[in-house]
Amino acid sequence: MSDTRSVGDRDLATYREVQAAPDFTELRRRFRRFVFPMTGLFLAWYFLYVLLAAYAHDFMSTKVVGNINVALLMGLGQFASTFIITMVYARWADREIDPVAERLRGQIEGGER
Amino acid sequence: MSTPQLLPLATDIGNPALNIIIFGLFVVATLAIVVRASRNNRTAADYYAAGRSFTGPQNGVAISGDYLSAASFLGIAGAIAVNGYDGFLYSIGFLVAWLVALLLVAELLRNTGRFTLADVLSFRLKQRPVRMAAAISTLGVCFFYMLAQMAGAGGLVALLLGINGKAGQGVVIAVVGLLMIVYVMVGGMKGTTWVQIVKAVLLVIGAGIMTLWVLGKYSVNLSSLLGAAVDKNTTAGENILNPGLQYGLSGVTKLDFISLALALVLGTAGLPHVLARFYTVPSSKEARRSVVWAIWIIGIFYLFTLVLGYGAAALVGPDAIKAAPGKANSAAPLLAYELGGELLLGIISAIAFATILAVVAGLTIAASTSFAHDIYGQVIKKGTVSADGEVRVARITVLVIGLVAIVGGIFANGQNIAFLVALAFAVAASANLPTILYSLFWKRFTTRGALWSIYGGLASSIILIAFSPVVSGKVDAKTGASLSMITDPSIDFHWFPLDNPGIVSIPLAFFLGWLGSVTSKEETDVDKFAEMEVRSLTGAGAEKAIQH
Repeated sequence: MSDTRSVGDRDLATYREVQAAPDFTELRRRFRRFVFPMTGLFLAWYFLYVLLAAYAHDFMSTKVVGNINVALLMGLGQFASTFIITMVYARWADREIDPVAERLRGQIEGGER
Repeated sequence: MSTPQLLPLATDIGNPALNIIIFGLFVVATLAIVVRASRNNRTAADYYAAGRSFTGPQNGVAISGDYLSAASFLGIAGAIAVNGYDGFLYSIGFLVAWLVALLLVAELLRNTGRFTLADVLSFRLKQRPVRMAAAISTLGVCFFYMLAQMAGAGGLVALLLGINGKAGQGVVIAVVGLLMIVYVMVGGMKGTTWVQIVKAVLLVIGAGIMTLWVLGKYSVNLSSLLGAAVDKNTTAGENILNPGLQYGLSGVTKLDFISLALALVLGTAGLPHVLARFYTVPSSKEARRSVVWAIWIIGIFYLFTLVLGYGAAALVGPDAIKAAPGKANSAAPLLAYELGGELLLGIISAIAFATILAVVAGLTIAASTSFAHDIYGQVIKKGTVSADGEVRVARITVLVIGLVAIVGGIFANGQNIAFLVALAFAVAASANLPTILYSLFWKRFTTRGALWSIYGGLASSIILIAFSPVVSGKVDAKTGASLSMITDPSIDFHWFPLDNPGIVSIPLAFFLGWLGSVTSKEETDVDKFAEMEVRSLTGAGAEKAIQH
């Protein structure tokens, strides 16, 4: 486990080299450029919904079809957006992150032996 | 399971003997699975993390089993049946919260940690103080969450076995607690995981059948189901379809609603028993797959509860639900009785019991792992104790936690459980999530920042709960009866106006984490930070699965 190693250990130096390597910085940039905006997006959409539910009762109570009102549709919209973001992220990570991560991992673990 | 027959039977619905038989079958079947699974429990990684040998889909089902607690099933269905649309917010918050776990936490945590949350938080900071803080907050969150589950057990017992006396309900809470202790002590994480899987499958099938049944009664037309729910509600009428019935009364209740929403969406990714599940799979890719599976199962289940909630409102009616023992928590079982009589009631109740049992088992294994691995193994014994010694301590801890849960459950008996769980979420979102995010993403984060954030978040959320209307001073305007945990209306020491502390304690914990870090002279351990960042994204050096 990590806490048995001390500073100055050979493979810690390797981790620092990896951290500074262009391959890794590109991987980190790619990961963050996807997850941070996506997190901002779904949180904004969630809180928009929460604030409307708390302070815009009349708007949310507007009937759309039969007894189905805006509030119910927006609530179901939260479900839909969650499912969509999940699928989009999983496909994206499988394609864009995993191959690079596995290659770097192979290099690091191979170099340790 | 003969104890309940010694107690007065006074129920007017259902057949207690049938309920006990069905529940007994579940217990026997799961015990057999647990004993089988435990034959391969050899190492600490087996006991704590099931040898990291579950697949993503298996773990996804188990996560659903861990997460879909009595709060999700009984609590949300009841909240929708009684308070209409406002109950739906719980489902939405509980579901959307999974995106935080999926995008920011699950994979990185799997790659960096071993058994517990504290492994990750103390990775590049000072080991012992941070580990201690993380372990204490883990135990705190588990305690609140467990209280909610055990309270649910009490209410359910009241309804199903017709045991109305508090003493009799206490006996059954104790039986549930003891069973859970056996599961966890014998089966470890592997046994517990199989219990979660069996329970999740039963729960989703049971809820799915009821959902189709309800929809069938209204010719698969959601609009006419909603219409029937409106007609049945003589006091609120149309308003059960609109937001605001429970939380729209005043400026304070609206703020409470936002506080609840914040706690729900940020709480999941800080729940120790959920985080522990990510260690049971072999890689971060499998961790991702498990969250994807979990989100689908959990999302579909919450769509079922929407139908079940309004179905109970339409077919049973809010007045009958409120009058039943167990109050709002009885909505789903009452609906089952209305639809399929004694047999369906028995099946659904057994599933609800199984739910409570499985979730409490999940909480217990997370809490006991944290105590044995973090507090005993790393802080007290400074890592010198053998893995076997740690597991032995973990088993003893299970016993202690089980007993605490039994006592706590007897006290919390009768509270709405979705609501109690929301408090656990507030504590998790305040004490754990800020430190998780800072330590994964912010290079300058320091030990002081972590300690201030964890202890500050934990203390502020618990203190605000203690001095909120939840504990004392909430009185029903019409009847004058107390709605607080302290049921004597003359005792009132609340000064915090909101039920849920999230809106204050979560920003405060984020702020303290930042403040502690910028005021600390501690230098970033650049080597450890590099190791953590590289490991978290690439999976290099991550713990592997154990082959048997």
